[in-house]
Amino acid sequence: MVIYGVALLAGCMMAGLIVGDLLGQLLGIDSNLGGVGIAMLLLIFSTSWLKDRGRLPEATASGINFWNAMYIPIVVAMAASQNVAAAFSGGLVAILAGALAVVLGLVMVPVIAGKPRDDKASGAVPNSEGRLTSVSEPSR
Amino acid sequence: MLESLLELFDKYHLVAAFAVIGLTMYAAYWVSARFTRGKLHGSAIAIMIGLALAYFGGVTTEGTHGLADISLFSGLGLMGGGMLRDLAIIATAYGVQFSEIRKAGVRGVIALFAGVIVSFVAGAVIAVAFGYTDPIDITTIGAGAVTYIVGPVTGATLGASSEVVALSIAAGLVKSILTMIATPMTARLIGLDNPRSAMIFGGLIGTTSGVAAGLAATDARLVPYGAMTATFYTGLGILLAPTALFLVVRALF
Repeated sequence: MVIYGVALLAGCMMAGLIVGDLLGQLLGIDSNLGGVGIAMLLLIFSTSWLKDRGRLPEATASGINFWNAMYIPIVVAMAASQNVAAAFSGGLVAILAGALAVVLGLVMVPVIAGKPRDDKASGAVPNSEGRLTSVSEPSR
Repeated sequence: MLESLLELFDKYHLVAAFAVIGLTMYAAYWVSARFTRGKLHGSAIAIMIGLALAYFGGVTTEGTHGLADISLFSGLGLMGGGMLRDLAIIATAYGVQFSEIRKAGVRGVIALFAGVIVSFVAGAVIAVAFGYTDPIDITTIGAGAVTYIVGPVTGATLGASSEVVALSIAAGLVKSILTMIATPMTARLIGLDNPRSAMIFGGLIGTTSGVAAGLAATDARLVPYGAMTATFYTGLGILLAPTALFLVVRALF
């Protein structure tokens, strides 16, 4: 049933958030530390465990896939409910501080990633169940 | 007539939001195919339309939730809010190979620390350049350049003035919005086309909404990898900014 998939997704999310919350409390910070990331790992492990045992029928998977497919529309709704006006009325200090952080962050991506050729996978785009096969941009 | 129509939109706000976003997506993908021959992703155009509408909503209502402050579109706040966003982000992890994540593991962690520190320094340098000399002010603005959550949390911990806290939130919002726009434009330049660089990107930029939208506009298949590291970023920022980073700033000024 579709709800099994949705419930599995929701269960992973709540479990991850609980762990993230505990981690935050443990470190004494008023924030959830990586709850979403932990939930993602839980979902990866639980679905592959179920799939290996043939306990993940199409209907169950479609409950997860629906929310996967709703990701971009949800992000568009998120963009439409951002406080854009406040961002650009914060004055030059805010704009420059934010912009410099983005520029430096983007510049450092290739620095930390290193040259794609260093990768043992010869820079090829990994093929996880064909999900990334169509990314065929040659590496510079 | 018009009033009862508005009431209906207000009452069924989430359903109305689905319809509004559906129309926006359709328009965006049409523009993408018709005018850019698909070069600029439909999702990138949709996000920019969303941001433009959010600016319009913010200016007309003086609220804080963009277009969602206009009661006709209040459902956008729920649809694009943290709860459903996180649910959808987690759902993108379905089908991801764990080995991909492990491969970038160490560099992902390095990227996280580097990202928090570099963003903090960027914000702090700008603050100093604009004449701020109080270590609390400098730290709060620097923390704002990490994310718009780290800024106010740090400011509250250190006891910064409300103007400086507002400034730090604005800096974080600018970062998030610029990330949404700049990521698809610079993706090829910085080699953002595989899970590994996506994880490093998520760690370096970190602001969840910016990373989520930036990767969606670049290549939706990269989303789970970037989101995975970005999810630790705000927590790490809250951990470092008011403590270690503040001590460094205070030692310097």
